[in-house]
Amino acid sequence: MADLTAALARRFAEKLAAAGLTDPGAAVAACLDDRLAFSRPSPHEELLAGLVDRLGVGCVLLAPPAQPHRAILEFLAGSQAPAIRPRDCETRTFFHDIPVIAEPTVEAAAAALSRRKGAYLPGVGILAHGALSPEQAFVTVSSVAFAGFVKFFADFLAANRAGAVDAAYAAAFAAACRTLPPPPTIVPALAKGPFIDRETMLAAMAQAGRATVELGLVDSVFGNISYNLDGVLAISQTGAALDELPGAMDLVPLDGSSCAGLTASSELAAHAALSALDGRKAILHGHPRFAVVMSMDCEDLATCPRRERCHVDCARQRFAGETPIVPGEVGCGPRGLVHTMPPALAANGGRPGVIVCGHGVFTMGANDFGDALAALCAIETSCRARYFAALGIPTETL
Amino acid sequence: MPLMEHPTAHILFCDLSTGVCRREQQDPSLARQALGGRALAVALLAARPRAVWDAPDGAVVLAPGALAGFDLPGVSFAALAGTNPHTGGVLAVAVPGGLGRALARLGLAAVVVTGRSNTPTALFLDADGVRLLPLGAAAGQGTSAALAALPSHDGALVAGPAARAGSPLAGLWADGLHAVGPGGVALPLAAKNCFAVAARAQGEGPAPADPAALAGARAAMERLVSAAPALAGPCGFGRYGTAALLDLTAGRRMLPTRNFRETAFEAAGQLSAPGLFARLSPRAAGCPGCPTPCRHVTADGGVLPDGDAWSHLTALLGLADPDLAVAAHAACRQAGLFAPGAAALLAGRAEAAGRDLASDALLPALAALVAEGLSVSPSAMAVKGVALPAFDPRGAYGLALSLAVGTSGPDAWGGLCLGHELLRKPVATDRFSFAGKARAVFLGENAAAVAASLGGCPLFGLAVGLEEWALALSAVRGEGVSAAGLAGLGQRTVLVERTINARAGLGVADDDLPERFFAETGSSGEGIVVAPLPREEFLAARAAYYRLRGLNADGRPTTQAVAALESPWPI
Ligand SMILES: [Zn+2]
Ligand SMILES: [Zn+2]
Repeated sequence: MADLTAALARRFAEKLAAAGLTDPGAAVAACLDDRLAFSRPSPHEELLAGLVDRLGVGCVLLAPPAQPHRAILEFLAGSQAPAIRPRDCETRTFFHDIPVIAEPTVEAAAAALSRRKGAYLPGVGILAHGALSPEQAFVTVSSVAFAGFVKFFADFLAANRAGAVDAAYAAAFAAACRTLPPPPTIVPALAKGPFIDRETMLAAMAQAGRATVELGLVDSVFGNISYNLDGVLAISQTGAALDELPGAMDLVPLDGSSCAGLTASSELAAHAALSALDGRKAILHGHPRFAVVMSMDCEDLATCPRRERCHVDCARQRFAGETPIVPGEVGCGPRGLVHTMPPALAANGGRPGVIVCGHGVFTMGANDFGDALAALCAIETSCRARYFAALGIPTETL
Repeated sequence: MPLMEHPTAHILFCDLSTGVCRREQQDPSLARQALGGRALAVALLAARPRAVWDAPDGAVVLAPGALAGFDLPGVSFAALAGTNPHTGGVLAVAVPGGLGRALARLGLAAVVVTGRSNTPTALFLDADGVRLLPLGAAAGQGTSAALAALPSHDGALVAGPAARAGSPLAGLWADGLHAVGPGGVALPLAAKNCFAVAARAQGEGPAPADPAALAGARAAMERLVSAAPALAGPCGFGRYGTAALLDLTAGRRMLPTRNFRETAFEAAGQLSAPGLFARLSPRAAGCPGCPTPCRHVTADGGVLPDGDAWSHLTALLGLADPDLAVAAHAACRQAGLFAPGAAALLAGRAEAAGRDLASDALLPALAALVAEGLSVSPSAMAVKGVALPAFDPRGAYGLALSLAVGTSGPDAWGGLCLGHELLRKPVATDRFSFAGKARAVFLGENAAAVAASLGGCPLFGLAVGLEEWALALSAVRGEGVSAAGLAGLGQRTVLVERTINARAGLGVADDDLPERFFAETGSSGEGIVVAPLPREEFLAARAAYYRLRGLNADGRPTTQAVAALESPWPI
């Protein structure tokens, strides 16, 4: 049992590095079965063991973030303590805030983690726990990195507009920009459609999902994908990793004749609504970071009375270039993106993509995922260029 | 940190033998130790001398959840606790609908019913106090007649003719909408000659200490519910009720079929909830303020079966007639029979007879079950005398463990394993493995006990976790309550139930599944292999669960765990 537990701990530590969330070998996972096992020896073993014990959980991950996340989170922790309050939509739905742990003690870390899924310990890294499985902690680390990134860049642009960037923020910004991964310019070739049988279709979806993650257009455990095969929507399951889709897709009849979609992505309703409005078969949804950052940039931000609500309830018609930005929450609530995103994507005879404010991008392709992936790349690349242009920084100097 | 006492909470003691009811201020130390709902109900039960279920001095406790009076989504439940007629141990079940909310808004933390009335009686509570109303002939008629005999109310719990006949399959009905099971749950109340409890509490709930924080907690809960496919999704319970699960159990090859001999049903496609809904066009109904109401009422006032009843009235009996299942469910509702348990019993008899039940024999067989009354012997496919719910244990190992160890009998939502093993929330786990499942059941049971103590719908456990409960409770009480502190409340609640069971002589042999699941394969196919549950691994997982719970090898609380129980509430 103990060997299995250690192997499990190592697997998740390695998964963090593979996802680019930590440098190779930097993460430490502590997993408990009948005995506590660590992925590697670490000076923080006592802290992690104490947390597993105090929180009564099965796993604690310590993830010293890789750049640019380290520069970002260190700065946010320093300026926002006792808690970082992200404004992106997914984080608002599933987190409340990210506590900053004041000191590297079991007491302080347990206090933060007993009320939140993840927290940041300055100088050390992201701490996250998983009650059932290390995967929960992995998802949390990924969410913290994403939320921090979006907040850091979005706030910087707002502060720059307001003339309120201080020396510390400028230095952190320069450091983060130096280590930004390159924009997704080269779009890999994907299987050509239309797909006429389930096997080919599912393989094409798995390929497109992997490419989306590899291009950095979504973190593995987020996003979703679907294909309409003769009125049956194949869609990724809720919580499925986009780069591990085989076996994690549901086939949902669009005539509503079955409840097979019970485990489908939380955006099933939005995908189904899109299918009803739009003849295109392939739908891809990712969380490209600069598209999300730019969706939260609004000239009215300082004065807008709905400033805190604009991710769900913005009164302005907004665009990033040609791409509309719509409000909407995850899922089927009254403010759900199911009401806003599909009409915007299907409008004008079918747009290449739509950005959901503070959340991510939906794109479509007529017969396969080639156009959908290209549109996702193009939207992110152009939003990234727009971001730096808005700061007066030419993109090519980065 | 100690929790503040609810400023207005009283406990109402009703002795039906004398007709005397007295209202007492809640003991502050008990209020600190057991916030409300299930925690309080079982604590009150544990504090009383042990009594058999039909003894006049035995108590039936109804306790609204600690948050049931407030305007929160999916939070209006009460808990009912008493002596389990099947085991002599604890019986603690969730009571949906408006009763919990009404009791809370009357300032009651619990109602403790003892004694025995000479005539069939209903207990009615409102702002004027408590009244014992003679039910007369209505008690022996259907549950609709009993409900109609009650004064106007916000919530009601009603037993039917099956309870009157002493049937171990007798269930309760809440607000005429929600089946409250398992079978036998109505007996401790019926033994007091009490066939209904109803309450009316016009007006607002109590004021929270921090209204803004409560609004924040409510918003957080609403967001999570909206984002949960199983609750608010297009195929979710808010659309089809838990009958939506049948397509999933069929697809996963864990649909209990022909008395659990098979795990796939050739006619499952005819039983998809959307087909039934398309024909009957029912309207949604549910608990007060629920954003995803899971009950569905047809034009003629019929209530559609929930998932367990739907599945067991069809596949478990080898029947594929949706209309017959609806009619059978209606008959159970009128008779006050808990439908899944009744179906399981008939499935066992059909297996013994060597042939499926004929469809035209179902309704007469259900009527005969009521007439059999006391003499019904429990189904063999049961744990602690209670029929298994509509998920084959061979198809999800954490679920299998949780069904075996449930303190009041098998409860599919008791360890929240359906969340991760079937519905992928909060994360998908390998359903054909016991790895990590002991811990999962331990944590899931604690979380479910917390929700049941605060008044939360068990289904909302798929979306709302301890963090959100802690936010809501902190807002109401005006002091910080942590998720970890709440987990301690859940842990303590289950341990109190274990203590009651141990006193009644329950041990490790009672925490087991029928032998079939360890000996026979299910129906494999479509790339899914349904093997027998590995016995050794099950036993190892159960032993690990016992260690986590502070139980000895016989499943009874250890001296240290019991000592910890007497210590101040760990919040
Ligand atoms: Zn998304
Ligand atoms: Zn705005």
